[in-house]
Amino acid sequence: MSGAEPIPTIGMEVHLHLATHTKMFCACAVEYDAPPNSRVCPVCLGMPGVLPVMNRKAVELAIRMALALNGTIPDFAKWDRKHYYYPDLPKNYQISEYDQPLGVGGYLDVPLDGETFRVGITRVHLEEDAGKLMHPEDGACSVVDLNRTGTPLLEVVSEPDIHSAEQARAYGETLRQLAVYLAVGDCNMQLGQMRFEPNISLQIGTDEKGRPRFTPISEIKNLNSFRSVERAVAFEIARHRQEYEDDPDGYTLERLGKSTRGWLDDREETFLQRSKEEANDYRYFPEPDLVPVVPDRKWVDTIRAGLPELPEHRRRRFIKEYGLPQYDAGVLTADREVADFYEEYVRSAANTDAKTAANWMMQDVMRILNERKVAIAEIRIGPGDVAEVSDMVVTGTINRSTGSDVFAKMLESGKSAAEIVEEENLAQTSDESELKAVVDRVIAENPGPAEDFRGGKERALGRLIGQAMRATGGKANPKVVREILVRKLRG
Amino acid sequence: MALSKDEVLKVGALSRIRLTDDEVERFAGQLSSILDYVDKLNELDTSGVEPLAHALPLHNVLREDEPRPGLDPQKAVGGAPESAGGFFRVPRVIDDGSSA
Repeated sequence: MSGAEPIPTIGMEVHLHLATHTKMFCACAVEYDAPPNSRVCPVCLGMPGVLPVMNRKAVELAIRMALALNGTIPDFAKWDRKHYYYPDLPKNYQISEYDQPLGVGGYLDVPLDGETFRVGITRVHLEEDAGKLMHPEDGACSVVDLNRTGTPLLEVVSEPDIHSAEQARAYGETLRQLAVYLAVGDCNMQLGQMRFEPNISLQIGTDEKGRPRFTPISEIKNLNSFRSVERAVAFEIARHRQEYEDDPDGYTLERLGKSTRGWLDDREETFLQRSKEEANDYRYFPEPDLVPVVPDRKWVDTIRAGLPELPEHRRRRFIKEYGLPQYDAGVLTADREVADFYEEYVRSAANTDAKTAANWMMQDVMRILNERKVAIAEIRIGPGDVAEVSDMVVTGTINRSTGSDVFAKMLESGKSAAEIVEEENLAQTSDESELKAVVDRVIAENPGPAEDFRGGKERALGRLIGQAMRATGGKANPKVVREILVRKLRG
Repeated sequence: MALSKDEVLKVGALSRIRLTDDEVERFAGQLSSILDYVDKLNELDTSGVEPLAHALPLHNVLREDEPRPGLDPQKAVGGAPESAGGFFRVPRVIDDGSSA
């Protein structure tokens, strides 16, 4: 045994709902708020004698995701039945891809704290979701809604390349961003459209033969938020450490194998669901009701050609091409439509540089999106409109804070920046003689701050500038006001 | 290939079937003879033969992603032993054994 520092070794299985209109093997609509058991048919109810038929869109979205994860698409994929008994699974088996999935290999580069780490992808495969089981407070019954049964589910399995709770979270977030970017899935966490199952083990030094020594693997089931992923993984890392310290010879992967655990969100701890001895025996066998998928090269190439620029590539390009700081590039590329909007904005601006445009995006455009909880496509102004108002600020027609007001009014009224500035007489004045008179009055009315500034208190100047701005209804060019003030008070 | 009593019981448990002692004995014999029959195939030399995933010479049977109405909700739960408020009612299950 060696006293080496334990290395958390974490792989992740991620399930996400694909953005299809219908289920994986039948034409029932995928809807999240429909009345119970109103989006079901004999196929997804598991009635005898029915025949499942594959959803083309689901297969294409799965291939799309696998390609974006730099994976390869084998020439042949087949379906298998995975058997288990549970009330939310009417057929008593789930149709999945066991040994010949649609996507194999690949990787995802994950940004975290200004750096990037790479997580290998083992496989990407398609399967179907189960129904929803609920436990009413009262009686001795559980109730089942099978609307979700048969919803196309994509599973992305990673290599154990994740080494901390923060990395586990960042991997989940980056994978979600990619899926949303590709329109592969909406990944709405509240609707349960994305679920995470991290597999955690600690590598602790090596054994007497020099092979890495691992603690038993624990798989945490069904985490449905990034916060719970991070906390559950952190909890497990700490628990493994403790268990190992208590019993270094017994707490090993060789002896205890793999167990399944649940996460209690309110108590912030995991609990044992199934140990190795109780592991499920799924009795996989090839699905006789479905023929294989043979993705020919032409089909795959067409899907590949339809891939957009991926978020990580775009983030790096924003840093290089627009000279943006890491932070700005990350914020602006997190949402594909926001990134598109920004690029169009930079192209249509005559005087606003890329960094200034990034500030307008974050301070004005995205603030509004957050406040109103809307997507960028839902606001009534486009990239050219934002360019118009920021150009007016850059060229000195209006000052920055008036610019923000004009932007807000553009959103309200749908009018152009020029119209609003004209109608409300907002144009900034840089006229020296006009502003000198204002400054004289401000100094006369505020002898205290004026005296403070003369005495060396730089901050007093801000109050005087504020007074001058107020006196002109915000129209004064603050730069010119500052110059005049300094000249007068120091001169 | 003879199937042991324990193996029959395990298969029974996996299938959620309760078996009597007589049945265990009878099924052990029947299942064994099925396995023996399948075992005959092992006498053939299949090296160089691609495993067959499906009996039909078809692939890529796909449908477009267009919704069609399913069953009336009343009908959907109508065949169940118990239902309430549009839901199927089942004996209470607590542990989340779902593995989808």
